[in-house]
Amino acid sequence: MSLSASEIAAKRMKKRHFGRMVLPTYSWLVIAYLVFPIAVMIVYSFNKVHAGLQMVSFAWNGATLQWYHQWSNLPGLTASFWLSIKLGIVSTLIATVLGTLLAIALVRYRPPQFRGKTIVEQVLFTNIAAPEIVMGASLLGVFVTYNIARGFLTLVLAHVMFSVAYVTVTVRARLAGFDRALEEAAYDLGAKPMSTFRLVTLPLIMPGVLAGALMAFALSIDDFVTSNFVSGTNAPFPVYIYGATRVGTPPQVFVFGTAIFVVGIGLAIASLFLTKKD
Amino acid sequence: MVGHGYIQSVTNQAAQAVSESKVSGSAPDRRAIVQIQGVSKLFDDSVAVNNLTLDIYEGEFFSLLGPSGCGKTTTLRMLGGFEEPTSGRILLGGKDVTYLAPYHRDVNTVFQSYALFPHLNIFENVAFGLRRRHIAKSDVARRVGEILEIVDLPGFEKRRASQLSGGQQQRVALARALINEPTLLLLDEPMSALDAKLRHQMQIELKRIQTQVGITFLYVTHDQEEAMTMSDRLAVMRHGVIEGIGSPKDIYDSPTTEFVATFLGASNLLEGQVTESTEATTTVRVAGGAVITLPTERLPRGLSGSPVKVGVRPEKISLIASGVEVGRRNSLRGRVLVSTFTGVGNQYIIELPDETRITVYAQNIGDDTAPRSGEEAILAWPVEHTFAVVPMAGASIEAESES
Repeated sequence: MSLSASEIAAKRMKKRHFGRMVLPTYSWLVIAYLVFPIAVMIVYSFNKVHAGLQMVSFAWNGATLQWYHQWSNLPGLTASFWLSIKLGIVSTLIATVLGTLLAIALVRYRPPQFRGKTIVEQVLFTNIAAPEIVMGASLLGVFVTYNIARGFLTLVLAHVMFSVAYVTVTVRARLAGFDRALEEAAYDLGAKPMSTFRLVTLPLIMPGVLAGALMAFALSIDDFVTSNFVSGTNAPFPVYIYGATRVGTPPQVFVFGTAIFVVGIGLAIASLFLTKKD
Repeated sequence: MVGHGYIQSVTNQAAQAVSESKVSGSAPDRRAIVQIQGVSKLFDDSVAVNNLTLDIYEGEFFSLLGPSGCGKTTTLRMLGGFEEPTSGRILLGGKDVTYLAPYHRDVNTVFQSYALFPHLNIFENVAFGLRRRHIAKSDVARRVGEILEIVDLPGFEKRRASQLSGGQQQRVALARALINEPTLLLLDEPMSALDAKLRHQMQIELKRIQTQVGITFLYVTHDQEEAMTMSDRLAVMRHGVIEGIGSPKDIYDSPTTEFVATFLGASNLLEGQVTESTEATTTVRVAGGAVITLPTERLPRGLSGSPVKVGVRPEKISLIASGVEVGRRNSLRGRVLVSTFTGVGNQYIIELPDETRITVYAQNIGDDTAPRSGEEAILAWPVEHTFAVVPMAGASIEAESES
């Protein structure tokens, strides 16, 4: 039998069309896999619970907004949430300043002015690569040895410690493409070094600094391992949840989880727009 | 607005001697706004600038011309305050600024990459320098408007640098520097990113602006045509020293070294030996045996006994039919190797009996007697258009002039 030219073309198109579908379909499957636990969390944050026992169950009992109305009914959970937010903001601010200055030093200076630069770079890498449990355990050791009371201070110290390197790496990438002539132009036009940094350097590396800060905040807000070692009586959100789930997950946890997810998505979209402007 | 009266031809051999002996003493009516005194700059082990001495006069358009790596940009950066000299002094308006930071000097720069601030609009870019000096707001607005008018970009205040073409960005960079009314404006190859046509327009434009504002310009370039078009004076640099300095015409007509003769325009150079030298004329016997006469003032000092190269520019040579009286002119006999019609004229390559090749440009003035390839020809040129240069030591010229 023979096919007309147009039929062959149509067949080819179909084949090609199918070929083009494979990777996109695959991508969506991966996304579905990734999103599944989040979807479960969001859906079950609207689930009714059997009277008396305020714990999440994965049997669908009908929709309710009850847990959203009673989001602050568990004082411990709410307190730990606000502690995490405060911790995230403070440690992000500190880590961003430290990490940005470190990035500038690493990009701008080399031996002999900056002796041991390679060692500094190695340490940064190690800081990112080191298992958190090791860092948490050793930090606890240090705090106990020197009799430092565990609490907000120790949490901040620990969180800054694991996020500085991420900020540095992000800002450094931004600085790598920085035209030094822009700073020379500022000097040339009468701006002293501090003004030059404020008026030219900082605005231009700001997207990198913001991305680094966002990463530091994200790392801080859901850190469990290190926080579990170094927190005192007031545990940050992830540590509290871990404790709570051993008895049974209160539905409010899903409410907070959903809220964090929504805010996170919002921030991601915002950063997308911020970097696009460039 | 800038006269040429102070310019003199440079006739001595050693490059350092060139700048030291001649320039400063020659202009009693002009104030040296920039004095570079014995400045050297070493990077690790390489010498970028070697004991440079140079005066630049108030209001002049001065160019530093040379191939890449000749030290011209390093010199500019030392004037701007971006590099510190290893030794020597730099005076600006009589004040020692050798180690002064860029933000403390009354010098502004137009950078090769323009270096416009991408996060600021054109107004804020141009106003940057005034704002640092806390000039009143209303004055800033007025002066930005005025300077944008001068560089022919009125109404561009609200745009961003990225929305402008290369030529427009360059004008903004110029406006941003000029608005501060510096004692000296440095321009670091500002046209290298422009296409040929725009570059030509900008050359004329830049010269107009310089004349209008009356600020001293120091222009760094590797483009000899650019330097000649705009400069009141220029210096040709090589290996960190000045090999020739003077008005474009003086340097072109009587170059003192082989490098200057070939970097600035094209030259025909013949190796030879000085045979006789009087007050007025000098004769040189060239390799092929012919004797060439040149004015003694065009023989670099101290060369009377040593090997020289005599030169003549391709457009100064006429091709004459055999039998025509050569007269007092220099003449050589050769054979036409290549004849190319270029519209405005003919370009010939003539081979002498000893296989030396001579380039000749003949203007197209409707003369049909042009010799064809393979024909015999007599080259003739006036004695006064002949010069002699210091031969370059061994090495060939690493950079040809671009045009």
